[in-house]
Amino acid sequence: MHIKVEHLCKRFGDFAAVDDVSFEVSDGSLVALLGPSGSGKSTILRILAGLESADSGQVWFDGEPATDLHARVRGVGFVFQHYALFRHLTVAQNIGFGLDVRRVEKSAVRKRVKELLALTGLSGLEQRYPSQLSGGQRQRVALARALAPEPKVLLLDEPFGAVDAKVREELRQWLRRLHDEVGVTSIFVTHDQEEAFSVSDRVLLVNHGRIEQNGTPMEILDDPATEFVARFVGEVNVFPATVRDDRAQSGALNVRIKGSAPSGLAHLVIRSYDLKLWREDPGVATVQRMVTFGDRVRVQALVDGAGPIIAHFPRRSSLLRGVEPGCRVQVEVTTARAYPAEASSLHPIAAT
Amino acid sequence: MLEHAHSRAAVAPTTIPASALHADARTAAWEGIARAAISGVVLLYLATVLVAPLVALASELTRVGLRAALNALLQPNALFALRMSLVLAAIAVTVNAVLGTLGALVIVRHRFIGRAWLSALADLPLAISPVMIGLSFLLLLGREGWLTPLFDHFGIKIMFAFPGLLIATLFVALPYTLREIVYVLEEIGTSEEEAAATLGASPWQIFWRVTLPNIRFGLAYGVLMTLSRSLGEFGAVLVLGGSISGQTQTATTFIHDAIEERQSAGAYGMAAVLAFTSVALLLTLSWAKRRRQAS
Repeated sequence: MHIKVEHLCKRFGDFAAVDDVSFEVSDGSLVALLGPSGSGKSTILRILAGLESADSGQVWFDGEPATDLHARVRGVGFVFQHYALFRHLTVAQNIGFGLDVRRVEKSAVRKRVKELLALTGLSGLEQRYPSQLSGGQRQRVALARALAPEPKVLLLDEPFGAVDAKVREELRQWLRRLHDEVGVTSIFVTHDQEEAFSVSDRVLLVNHGRIEQNGTPMEILDDPATEFVARFVGEVNVFPATVRDDRAQSGALNVRIKGSAPSGLAHLVIRSYDLKLWREDPGVATVQRMVTFGDRVRVQALVDGAGPIIAHFPRRSSLLRGVEPGCRVQVEVTTARAYPAEASSLHPIAAT
Repeated sequence: MLEHAHSRAAVAPTTIPASALHADARTAAWEGIARAAISGVVLLYLATVLVAPLVALASELTRVGLRAALNALLQPNALFALRMSLVLAAIAVTVNAVLGTLGALVIVRHRFIGRAWLSALADLPLAISPVMIGLSFLLLLGREGWLTPLFDHFGIKIMFAFPGLLIATLFVALPYTLREIVYVLEEIGTSEEEAAATLGASPWQIFWRVTLPNIRFGLAYGVLMTLSRSLGEFGAVLVLGGSISGQTQTATTFIHDAIEERQSAGAYGMAAVLAFTSVALLLTLSWAKRRRQAS
């Protein structure tokens, strides 16, 4: 189902949870709403489900107005963060609930439940109660329950937030396969960028109730539209800088910037893997710390007049020859971007 | 507590000085003695306050003789009082179960002006002495009461009649079911109900298929509390009902009157019946509590 959202606003008291949000989701796609906690992404999802009402704005499902429809008649499958399984019902009864309340014939319910148990790999567990299942199993029951009434759209709120890292990775792969198999338009909320990028077709980056960028994972990685996006995705270094033409100057660093930025004060944003450094005296920086994580090395250096910078290298990189804490290095930035600095945030910012 | 924290800190280093080890052993010994002393005091207190009266009752009962007690209980007035208590308790349980559930849903699930006040007001019967409650109703419905002309007009007799007893019982037992269900509803949250709504369930279906099953052990607990409170009520029932033998006498006021009249067989017999019921309710309560926590 094609979804269109126009100028959605929702306030909780003085707090603008959703602030003039508009976007479209094409039929059959899998979209991630990515953002830090408290950014309003869950509220957007709950408005789409009809669990929360918008103060203003419109929602359209396949061109039909859906703004004022009750959750019960929206035909939306919703997967809750903590599953919200009916604790007094068995797995089979949970999955069949959406059909039972619609008075679907018992034999048809049984057949559909069986299909979904097979689809979600839960066969054999139909008589268990939710408290007797593992986190990953509960998650799959919640999905099967949401899919049973054949919803036109599937909404998932932090679907993998409550399971441990290993199970989470399996569930991600499984969700992607399931989506490709069932083909239902799906939107999921996450604060985990890796999750958003590895599973979805498109990512909507949300911050302070606004959409910062709407694009494919590649677009967001390669062309961050705002400083927030650039800083949110991956480990980055940020320096206060002065921009002139296509170059930015910050202390001893003078780099070419990608895209365009107005001349004047700016924030220079450099990803930790978009730069090289090698031993050179006098150079522009002093190495402070080196930490090895498996196959990667994280080098922290202090750039003259600019501040600390973090760089990631493969462990066996030839660039690292002779580099050790205390030595001087030269820095070469391969890709950098600059964003106009707002007056309030001119102080140096630690790399996030 | 401080002592304890200190001993923990002494254990933390990998190499423990011998002096620290001795100090540790000494504090451990003192802790053991202190713990035993405190438990002893608490047990003695509980035995004196809770168990001794029940033992005294049982021994008096055997002195009077079980047969005499049973005979006294089978007198029409005693049977009437017992039946009156049971009928009052049954009505209080039913009314409070329904209104308590609805009231709890309103208090927990809806946001309205005066919600906090309503919630606090529901606890009023817990805070006020039942005799005072009886007195207040007396001012409202007694001979010179504000509402008396209204009920007189319709020929309804409230004071020293069944309606008076019922009002007293309903009032004192009001908070138990409500409190219990408010607690359970706050505990379980709204996500299961929201899930049911997105799956197409109507508000009616959500209540019967999701909300009610989730609060059932809380409801059972509240019902048992209401039952034991209603059966045991004395003050309000005495003031509003007047304990007229064969008319407004309940099991508790029967015991009171029997003691006054030195009918010890009847008093001990009825007291034993109530005590036995209480113990049975207590056991059922602890079962309901376990189930409520397990679910």
